Amino acid sequence: MNIFLTTLTRDLKMAFRNPSSFLNPLMFFVISISLFPIAISPNAETLMNIAPGIIWVITMLSVLLSLNSLFHSDYDNGVLEQIVISHHPLPLILLAKTTAHWILSGLPIILLSPLLGIALFLDSNSIYILMLTLCLATPCLSLIGSIGASLVVSIKNSGMLLSLLILPLYIPILIFATSAVSQSQFNLSINGQLYFLGSILIISLITAPFVSAVALRVSLE
Amino acid sequence: MSMLSVNKLSCQRGYNLLFENLSFELNSGEVLRISGQNGSGKTSLLKIIAGLNTPELGSIEFDQNQSNSETYQIETLYLGHYAALSSELSCIENLEYLTKLNTEILSPNFHDALKEIGLENYEHEPAGNLSAGQKRRIALSLLFISQSKLWLLDEPFTALDSDGIKIIENQIEKHCANGGLCILTTHQDCNIKSLKEISL
Repeated sequence: MNIFLTTLTRDLKMAFRNPSSFLNPLMFFVISISLFPIAISPNAETLMNIAPGIIWVITMLSVLLSLNSLFHSDYDNGVLEQIVISHHPLPLILLAKTTAHWILSGLPIILLSPLLGIALFLDSNSIYILMLTLCLATPCLSLIGSIGASLVVSIKNSGMLLSLLILPLYIPILIFATSAVSQSQFNLSINGQLYFLGSILIISLITAPFVSAVALRVSLE
Repeated sequence: MSMLSVNKLSCQRGYNLLFENLSFELNSGEVLRISGQNGSGKTSLLKIIAGLNTPELGSIEFDQNQSNSETYQIETLYLGHYAALSSELSCIENLEYLTKLNTEILSPNFHDALKEIGLENYEHEPAGNLSAGQKRRIALSLLFISQSKLWLLDEPFTALDSDGIKIIENQIEKHCANGGLCILTTHQDCNIKSLKEISL
């Protein structure tokens, strides 16, 4: 457990000393969402209908943008080799790195989402549901993304390949999360969607660090 | 008395067979230099012994521990081509993390290690501000901290000046005198006593 906290604080420390690495995807998130009212229509009803989809699609894209930096600098400077041959459990170290990634990419999105929800005329109940879906699903985006990032770590300019690998796995999350927010606007039950998102979170929390560890060992061969 | 035994190792990269049926043994106090032309498989061999790569055939044991066991990994220190330093972190922070990954020492003395390697006042300097030689020295200062018995050093003298090379050679000799083992690759001359050599 000690190595988990050490790795987590190390990654956070590194990110705060080079803030552009995690601020750029967040800027992309805020700017692209705030462009929709200008490009489509400032009409409240139109924006309210498309808001869940917009926020969720841009969340996914901004997490995808930040995934490239998950292992690349450690791969380039040789730290990743030391991590792989360490006597500590590799999945635990990777879980710590993924947690750091979520704190830097998912958590700020959750915190920013009420402001952007208001900008897109979402009512308070829908904003609450939006935050709930983001809380359940952004960790999944980081966890599933870590598998893709480990697979392509040794390939240069692998952004497109990473998107092709990971986006299909993100689709179920997108479907359940957006339908939960949309249905909440009509006061329909959203328990089913939340159960699905919760189970995806548990499954990815249990399996992703192990799959990611195997993928990383294969990539470093 | 510790012993590393490498049995009938074969390694292939792409369509190239780098080496096959490679067997050797290394006992406590011995230093082995792996020599060979560029691309002959020296780094691949070191990575296989470190447990980073898996060989096509063959096995490695250190004191009857297989190369994927936890004891084997604690007993092994591998320093590769890259210095394994993150440019955002200071020298001490980098060493703290690398030590945590490699060993189970509770309170290592980084100050003394940096003093031995000749970078006494660089504790809080970000690694990104250092020259290639200084980065290499920081990575090699792990040799003054590590308690691992088997050292695997890939081109340790690259970018080092003659003083630096002498410090490392002395440290390797000291390690072996204390019952350690060392395998290194280098294209430079090295003045280490009782140096065994294999060629790939």
